[in-house]
Amino acid sequence: MKRMSTDVLVIGGGSTGVGVAWDAALRGLRVILVEKRDLTHGTTGRYHGLLHSGGRYAVKDPQSAIECIEENRILRRTHAHCIEDTGGFFVVTPEDEGDYPDRFKAACAKVGIPCEEIPLREAFRREPLLNPRISRVFEVPDGSADSFLATHVTAQAARQAGAQILIYHEVIDLLTEGGDGDRRVVGARVCDVVRGEEVRIDAAITVNAGGAWAGKIAAMAGVPVNVIPGKGVMVAVNHRLVNTVINRCKMPADGDILVPVHTVAIIGTTDERVSDPEMLTIEPWEVDLMLQEGDKLVPGLSRSRILRAWAGVRPLYQEGYTGESRDATRALALLDHRRRDGVAGFLTITGGKWTTFRLMAEKTVDKVCEQLGVERPCLTATTPVPGAEQGHYWLGHRLHEVEEARLQGDLICECELVTRAMIEQAVANNPTVTLDDLRRDVRLGMGPCQGGFCTFRAAGILHELRLHAQETQAQTDVNGGPPWNVAYLQSPRHSVQTKPAAFNPKVSPLDNPNLLLRDFLQERWRGLTPVLWGRQLKQERLDELIYLTIMNVDHLPEDGEASPLTEFWRFDAAGAKEDGQ
Amino acid sequence: MAPVSWHSVDLTLDECIKCNICTSHCPVSAVTDLFPGPKYVGPQAQRFREGGQSRSPDHSVDYCSGCRVCNEVCPTGVRIAELNARARAQIVAEKGLPLRNRLLGRNELLGKLGSFAPALANFALHNAFSRFMAEKVMGIAREAPLPTWSTSGTFRDWLKRTRDRRLKSDKKVVYFHGCATMYYEPFIGKAAVVVLEHNGYEVIVPEQNCCGLPLLSNGEFNAARTYHHNNVSRLAGYARTGLPIVGTSTSCTLTLKEEAPELLDYHDEPATTLKLGTYDIFEWLRELYEAGELRTDFQPLPLKLPYHAPCQQRAHRIGKPALELMALIPELDLAESHARCCGIAGTYGYKVEKYQIAMDVGAELFEFVKAQGQDVRYTACDSETCRWQLEHGTALPSRHPIEILAAAYGLYDLERRDVVAGKR
Ligand SMILES: Cc1cc2nc3c(=O)[nH]c(=O)nc-3n(C[C@H](O)[C@H](O)[C@H](O)COP(=O)(O)OP(=O)(O)OC[C@H]3O[C@@H](n4cnc5c(N)ncnc54)[C@H](O)[C@@H]3O)c2cc1C
Ligand code: SF4
Ligand code: SF4
Ligand code: SF4
Repeated sequence: MKRMSTDVLVIGGGSTGVGVAWDAALRGLRVILVEKRDLTHGTTGRYHGLLHSGGRYAVKDPQSAIECIEENRILRRTHAHCIEDTGGFFVVTPEDEGDYPDRFKAACAKVGIPCEEIPLREAFRREPLLNPRISRVFEVPDGSADSFLATHVTAQAARQAGAQILIYHEVIDLLTEGGDGDRRVVGARVCDVVRGEEVRIDAAITVNAGGAWAGKIAAMAGVPVNVIPGKGVMVAVNHRLVNTVINRCKMPADGDILVPVHTVAIIGTTDERVSDPEMLTIEPWEVDLMLQEGDKLVPGLSRSRILRAWAGVRPLYQEGYTGESRDATRALALLDHRRRDGVAGFLTITGGKWTTFRLMAEKTVDKVCEQLGVERPCLTATTPVPGAEQGHYWLGHRLHEVEEARLQGDLICECELVTRAMIEQAVANNPTVTLDDLRRDVRLGMGPCQGGFCTFRAAGILHELRLHAQETQAQTDVNGGPPWNVAYLQSPRHSVQTKPAAFNPKVSPLDNPNLLLRDFLQERWRGLTPVLWGRQLKQERLDELIYLTIMNVDHLPEDGEASPLTEFWRFDAAGAKEDGQ
Repeated sequence: MAPVSWHSVDLTLDECIKCNICTSHCPVSAVTDLFPGPKYVGPQAQRFREGGQSRSPDHSVDYCSGCRVCNEVCPTGVRIAELNARARAQIVAEKGLPLRNRLLGRNELLGKLGSFAPALANFALHNAFSRFMAEKVMGIAREAPLPTWSTSGTFRDWLKRTRDRRLKSDKKVVYFHGCATMYYEPFIGKAAVVVLEHNGYEVIVPEQNCCGLPLLSNGEFNAARTYHHNNVSRLAGYARTGLPIVGTSTSCTLTLKEEAPELLDYHDEPATTLKLGTYDIFEWLRELYEAGELRTDFQPLPLKLPYHAPCQQRAHRIGKPALELMALIPELDLAESHARCCGIAGTYGYKVEKYQIAMDVGAELFEFVKAQGQDVRYTACDSETCRWQLEHGTALPSRHPIEILAAAYGLYDLERRDVVAGKR
């Protein structure tokens, strides 16, 4: 068995885990992070896209609100290119209760969130599709954030500071030593999912940043952690109906936020307690509710083209809590299992939000340092990650760059403007095991046709790369690899300017591009079935003709092979069967 | 430009299923790499343009000629050409407009100015030196087929001169002549008037403005709004009383019917009344014919006539009524063009950077005409700028179908382009 050792082992490649790895590496600790699939495969890649101002929590959960506004200010500097400065409105619709708006305003003032009531005329000028019956509008510094990019660049920053990031590495057991009252976690047994090998990692301290899976992971050390998995459903509209984040000005509830993210607008979310964090089934009533509530913000939203729906699971944690997940606190929870459970060398960081991931990491690594007996200050609040020099995200950036560099002929995903060079760079520089990894890297297949035209093109490129690699035999291993310029992964211009790094089959195995094609289509399909009507149905009919009638992909040889994505899209189908549906 | 309402053409981007049919038909992207094609600049780019962005991310959309071939072939009804026109307007709003486009957008003003001393104006505009200067200074291609001012007075001068001879009748129709007929080609208006009168209609020609299309296609939406507003206030009253408003310029009528309301989000009651009451002249004559009310006392016209239905006519989505009615003329041997576009697309082909593109686009049509053989004397086309381009590309004179109809009624001399003396 391969054996590695480190100061800090971080479990989970969501925003929190990657933040911890970054922070710890900047403080000079040796760090290994393991993620069972791709970075952001968990909740971080399935969230709503809102950089909170804290307004949502000002009345109900002031501690969360304070954390949000402070982190909001910091991330706008450290992760500038991942954030679009949309601003946010809190709007009072005819249904919203009487004194909440005034309480909201007072609460914002109290916790230090800039909040200004703006004239209705001004609000409607900026957002013409808003419900004309809205009676008051407050403006706050909300933003919209790309968690895929943010997590990738944070991981890059961590690597540059010396951390090792191992994706497709799943913790299957925690290693403990000592008996009752004197137990400690000394590392983990990890499975390299792609190669099917086991790795033993010895660590002075193990940090459980498993999000909604944190309970399962802690259980491996015999520690009970009651994470409340709160499932939330989101529905994306084909293009931006608004350019400002729109929140209902009322106690947080379902379907009350509309966020413009890149080229789409997302209405969300629900909050349902579920039994398993992988239980991402979307019920029809959830979609209906989102559309109904969406209409209250932008009347007509329900009749516009709906692109897809997806669900994520909140890692909510409240010691001893048994109530509704909606009412559980959003504040972060750092569990020191030495004090809590008498198990040393083991911390769990959960709760919180994307917006507060940096703060969660800071608190966690403070505790790590304390337990390791070292004294090093946190640097993340003042250290911009690679690429922040590009400034705030701008909606038109891809269109602009494609035109400037005349790359229209190289487009693979036409909807989201992904060029061939972007895909080749991503495959060469960023471990790629499935086509879904490329979606998270460059937004492949996220546009209106949902992979209709780009999936087969991308699969063709993978075939080419593989054949080419067999001829040229590239070398370099996962961590000594080429400089990882993920900060510009989303830039069409940069991808052609940079010399392509050698593609390494050890990093990106691409064993069976046909299988990857099938799995990616299934993954896209999974998000389409809940919203299959009207214009998106027309689109899917065309996509169906392309793949089933012309390419006959449903008769790809069934050789029993599976990619890590196969398991994922099959999970739902299996779950549905068990429920007898 | 953010969609301002659910009526906005911008929202039709949601209809796109990415099939690429538009791209494979666009005549401009077929001949130049400078234009990435309708799907790309239309429904696709639009998703990246939304929002109060501080600047327009792309400019290649300016190479769209506005021919609307894409709209015609799109199976799902995306208003691609309109999306493009609005994107261009956004660029203009940001960058301002070169003098050239300002001039080309002000067809009516130019027409008026030239009409004070048309011979002089023609010389000033058409001699080699000034065309050279116009290209250098303003970017108006020196070879491009610019019109000549009428030297026999404007259309309105003729109306005034022949006031006593004009038919009075209970049956009335309103005529929208447009700028070209007014200042450059009054004979088109004469032909229209005599055809309508021959069918027993009194022709009312109210005060009117330029329809605003040249402004719309050059991205000057604010100026276009003023023009459209004036036309609405002058003409909507007639439409409200049930009088049809007919026009010989397919682009003017299209603007009143559709382009102005859609591009400008101008949907109030008078504008909608005008929109619904406006017809292409052949569209309306075909209705007469179908009701059995069109006179068919046509004389034989032994001519071989290649006919091109211009893009702006096809955008009306009314079939090809001019072709149908000309087909009633004995001995007229019609050849129907299926070319996509003549290339000129309004003022597009006048611009030095687009002149060659326009000629390359038109090649399909010019070839078609050539293939009809040596004995072709005229071509026919409903739109003025297209006729000028056709003449430029084929060296054959071109006529409006209304002139052909007037000639078949024996009221009009096709060669001299004037009503026959004694016939009104
Ligand atoms: C519907 C919804 C909407 C949200 N919207 C917002 C929002 O708009 N703004 C905001 O700020 N926050 C939002 N949040 C909250 C935010 O998304 C989460 O708090 C945050 O992403 C959690 O990140 P994480 O890293 O803790 O968890 P995750 O992203 O879930 O990361 C945990 C990772 O651990 C991995 N893992 C699990 N088991 C193992 C194992 N055995 N071995 C190795 N790896 C393992 C998983 O694969 C996963 O990638 C939303 C949450 C939900 C559910
Ligand atoms: S064009 Fe389209 S979303 Fe659509 S997936 Fe592809 S190519 Fe992308
Ligand atoms: S209007 Fe004509 S030139 Fe413009 S995109 Fe459509 S087909 Fe092409
Ligand atoms: S023809 Fe219509 S549906 Fe097809 S790609 Fe073009 S705009 Fe989209």
